[in-house]
Amino acid sequence: MENGFQIKGTDLIISVPAELDHHNAEMIRKSSDQMIQNRNIRRIIFDFQKTVFMDSSGIGMIMGRYKNMRFMGGTVIAIRVSERVRRILTLSGVYKVIDIYEGLPLQSNIF
Amino acid sequence: MAQTNEMKIEFDSRSCNESFARVSVAAFMTQLNPTLEEVADVKTALSEAVTNAIVHGYENEIRKVYVECRVEDQMLTLKVTDYGKGIEDVKKAMEPLFTTKPDTERSGMGFAFMEAFMDEVEVESEPGKGTAVSMKKRIGRTVSEFER
Repeated sequence: MENGFQIKGTDLIISVPAELDHHNAEMIRKSSDQMIQNRNIRRIIFDFQKTVFMDSSGIGMIMGRYKNMRFMGGTVIAIRVSERVRRILTLSGVYKVIDIYEGLPLQSNIF
Repeated sequence: MAQTNEMKIEFDSRSCNESFARVSVAAFMTQLNPTLEEVADVKTALSEAVTNAIVHGYENEIRKVYVECRVEDQMLTLKVTDYGKGIEDVKKAMEPLFTTKPDTERSGMGFAFMEAFMDEVEVESEPGKGTAVSMKKRIGRTVSEFER
């Protein structure tokens, strides 16, 4: 399994790197699309625990994954979001279409 | 007397250099004694401008991106320049969600983020010649009487 990606049942957990910019967004886009195609993924979980920086390229990447998942009837959530990342997600309107959690969703068995 | 200081960097338009540009500018602005939030704001705005130069200005061709940085008193000025394809309609390009590359997952939020995180954003561009984005931000609260 590639570093930063973990598949649990039908969940794909993406461990977002410390800095989610254009460079890293491209890498996540390529790897995650491959996994979504080859495995039966119903939900993408972006884990922002390590993330201290994010810009609009990250927004584009998340929205792209959201569109792919919705097309297949799946969902996308973001967990362990810091204040800074939350601000970027709010400013861009992404919070309207994906659920954002500061910690872990209650009753989840993600980890 | 106004305290001024300047620096300039140029680098290849490779996406891996985006983090280098952010770190350089963040290090340079520490002389203004910024808050962590101010540093994060400037890094985000700079990242947007540099990404635009790489993705739109040069369309992933490897050429040079120039970042100039100036401080005068508490005012930080950044200028990001490319000599790439330029912008036809700057006003339109600055509209939130407008993008010329929706197929490659560009969100169209770049200029909106620059405007949200900096005090002033100015764009000069000519099709076929290139684009220069100048941004200003006042750093730090005003110095109290006792610190002068």
